[in-house]
Amino acid sequence: METREMRTVFINTLIEAGKKDDRIVLIDADLGKAGATASFAQTFPERHINVGVAEANMIGVSAGLASVGKIPVAQTFGCFASRRVFDQFFISVAYAHLPVKLVGTDPGISAAFNGGTHMPFEDLGTMRLIPDLTIVEPSDPVSLAGLLPEVLAQQKPAYIRLYRKPLPVLYSEGEPFQIGKCKVLRQGGPNSVLLIALGGIMVQEALEAAKILEAQGISVTIIDVLTLKPIDAEGLLSAMKNARAVISCENHQIHGALGSAVAELMAEYRIYKPFGRIGIRDEFGQVGTEQWLKEHFKLDSRSIVEAATGLLQK
Amino acid sequence: MTNEERVAIEAFAREIRIHTIRAIGTLGVGHIGGAMSIVEVLAVLYSKHLRHDPKNPAWRERDRLVLSKGHAGPALYSALALRGFFPLDWLLTLNQGGTRLPSHCDRTKTPGIDMTTGSLGQGLSAACGIAYGNRLDGLESYTYAIIGDGESDEGQNWEAAMFASHKKLDHLIAFTDYNKMQIDGYTQDILDLGDIEGKWWGFGWRVLRLDGHNVEALDSAISLAKTTRGQPVMIIMDTIKGKGCSFAEGNLGNHNMNVTKEQMEAALAALAGEGREGK
Repeated sequence: METREMRTVFINTLIEAGKKDDRIVLIDADLGKAGATASFAQTFPERHINVGVAEANMIGVSAGLASVGKIPVAQTFGCFASRRVFDQFFISVAYAHLPVKLVGTDPGISAAFNGGTHMPFEDLGTMRLIPDLTIVEPSDPVSLAGLLPEVLAQQKPAYIRLYRKPLPVLYSEGEPFQIGKCKVLRQGGPNSVLLIALGGIMVQEALEAAKILEAQGISVTIIDVLTLKPIDAEGLLSAMKNARAVISCENHQIHGALGSAVAELMAEYRIYKPFGRIGIRDEFGQVGTEQWLKEHFKLDSRSIVEAATGLLQK
Repeated sequence: MTNEERVAIEAFAREIRIHTIRAIGTLGVGHIGGAMSIVEVLAVLYSKHLRHDPKNPAWRERDRLVLSKGHAGPALYSALALRGFFPLDWLLTLNQGGTRLPSHCDRTKTPGIDMTTGSLGQGLSAACGIAYGNRLDGLESYTYAIIGDGESDEGQNWEAAMFASHKKLDHLIAFTDYNKMQIDGYTQDILDLGDIEGKWWGFGWRVLRLDGHNVEALDSAISLAKTTRGQPVMIIMDTIKGKGCSFAEGNLGNHNMNVTKEQMEAALAALAGEGREGK
């Protein structure tokens, strides 16, 4: 399957958007190399700002730029984008209604060798508490290239959770994406197990789990969430109606983000079906390869299969 | 500055004080101390320097003010109302449910407020972004920022300080309201600012220092700051917290205090008396 590096797709998409709209400004905080932002800086030297290792100032400068009509895209690791500057982003950007687009890279276990200090299992949970914030986590190169222009066009702030490394292409070129709309990535039969997955890592694991489950005669439907906020209640509820069991899959704490959002929907809309959550269970991150971490934190396809079969036996 | 001009600006300052004390006194509580200490700089900016159009608060080429010490909003609201951004009677709605004049500055609610502030330490960064964005657009507009001395404890100010000088933001003119008091006591006792001029100088800023209640000194300093090229300017204003408000001046508890009707009337009478004497 063809793969593409997500950070390259991100920066190329941003450059294309920047050619059409000179309001777009990219702000780095000394992680431009990690984000591979050099090509943007070369194309638009005036519209690239590196504030140095100063994330709080990065958010404030972005807010100021937005207040004079710019579309600032501020990028750093997800751990810093969320917990380090939560108040700056909350007050100077969200409360002030300024359309700053904050990009948090290296989500969850993808921080790998940087370990627990750099491993955000809580960025989506904290961000989800900010009123009227758009939160997206593209799952493949095509959804990233499709969603980014939509996020840039919105006159409101957003948090983009960005996996930097290569991911397989899941969608055909030209597939339309809309903020607030999930995608049925794989349609199972009636009474299938419903896997609701967020982000590239978990969508890949869900696809793998589906193969294993299908081999055991268990039909699987997969939803690619793409937008965590506003969550696509309609799309999710409609899929839940035909499901035998529901499992949320996220590279994040099960509390506060996708697992919570799905549980809230099921409770509020009285969807009384077997329900499980794949995600981090109240733990801090640690070092390891992505594969090791996936298995250690039980985010892998095998854990999804076990959760599904366990729910069906109940 | 002509004598006539000075008298007019001082009268404007007195009006700002009167309306601010009335707004806070009518409510019965508020950030009187830090509002009073920035009255003269507001009077000078809105009389002479800060390009604005009350009928078109969103005018793209206007100069901007970020009041980073957002709790001093009531003083700025009085200046804006007196300039005609909104009716004076709005001032008496301060902090009432549904008001457009909240305790801390909010760009989404109040005409003439350029940036939302209130969580201390964030305003100077926003002012940097504004100055940078205006320069990108080739505008000659100035960006003014007022930060507090207590607020200067926040590290983000110093991130912004490095950024502004590195980017040579010479259309950024900031003021430190050095009234020497913060919530828990004297700044010297809580977290000493030490050589405050040396700090800003060391961060690459041009530094000016003056009596923040002297409108002539403020006018000269701002004029000088506007001609500065290649670096941002910090104007350190020695001020008195609660200045011109009989019950608050010199009171260490004046950051956010209760105000009785009698206190308010006495303070307003004293200011009215000053006005009659033409002080």
